[in-house]
Amino acid sequence: MTGEQIMFYLLGGGAVVASAAMLLPPLGRNPIHSAISLIVSFFFLAGLYALLSAHMLSVLQIIVYAGAVMVLFTFVIMLLNLSPDELKETVITPGRIAAGILALFVFGKLATAIQLTTAGMTAVDLNDPGYAKFGSVPEVGRMMYTTFLVPFELTSVLLLVAAVGAVVLAKRSLKYVDRPQLTPAAHEHDAPHDADDGHDGHDAHSHGGGH
Amino acid sequence: MTSIPLGHILLLGALLFGIGLAGVVTRRNVLVMLMSVEVMLNAVNLTLVGFSRYNGWTEGHVLAFFIIAVAAAEAAVGLAMVLAVFRLKQTTYVDELRLLKR
Repeated sequence: MTGEQIMFYLLGGGAVVASAAMLLPPLGRNPIHSAISLIVSFFFLAGLYALLSAHMLSVLQIIVYAGAVMVLFTFVIMLLNLSPDELKETVITPGRIAAGILALFVFGKLATAIQLTTAGMTAVDLNDPGYAKFGSVPEVGRMMYTTFLVPFELTSVLLLVAAVGAVVLAKRSLKYVDRPQLTPAAHEHDAPHDADDGHDGHDAHSHGGGH
Repeated sequence: MTSIPLGHILLLGALLFGIGLAGVVTRRNVLVMLMSVEVMLNAVNLTLVGFSRYNGWTEGHVLAFFIIAVAAAEAAVGLAMVLAVFRLKQTTYVDELRLLKR
């Protein structure tokens, strides 16, 4: 076993253990512990990316995922201020067992397909001069700004829309009314949904009869 | 040449995807469900990086970058929705969000 393989299995095992710890009871009961084990899992994945010569992605994984996204998650978890009695969820229901079996089934199918298709594939030699800059920041950045320029700009628009949408969603306080009251007529006759278009308003008793 | 077989990289990706899927379908806390979605997206990224390493294509890295950007946008909007719903119902459990069933 080469050093590369030993590192791969160590990092991969760490990523799997950290991701599983996110869901299973000792750590997974509290969302903040889940978030921290997910951060650990992201660091293991960053190591895997570096091992596979994806240097730029490895750095991005730490900056964007372990930095930005998980800070957002931990902030929201702390902002919600969940009381200890709200962190229940230890019951094992038949539905959950079935769901777990479904996930195992999907993994089994994927594993079978992988074994059938990847036997005997060999990697390109990165010592070749053509691959000297493979996965580095200049190489990936050049492709991002030439071949993938339009998707790149669209991504920036997406991020802008997401930022504005997040602010709007989190700022406005939604009000839940017990019975939606759309027009005064509907309110009088206690018919919640039928009076939404104007001509129906005068006879709200006959539910939907006017159409 | 790398000494890591491609099948093992893809199996690791499939295993992480399965863990994320199990999280989304079994946990009822919406925060943990969103985190499981992030695990699934990372599993796909690992698969893309593995294929890129084997074929020598940089395109896979660019695609993984786009996935990271979309995941960041999804997390921002999703968490804003969690905050809005929490303000309304004081819960993060999806079982207790039954407004449409009334």
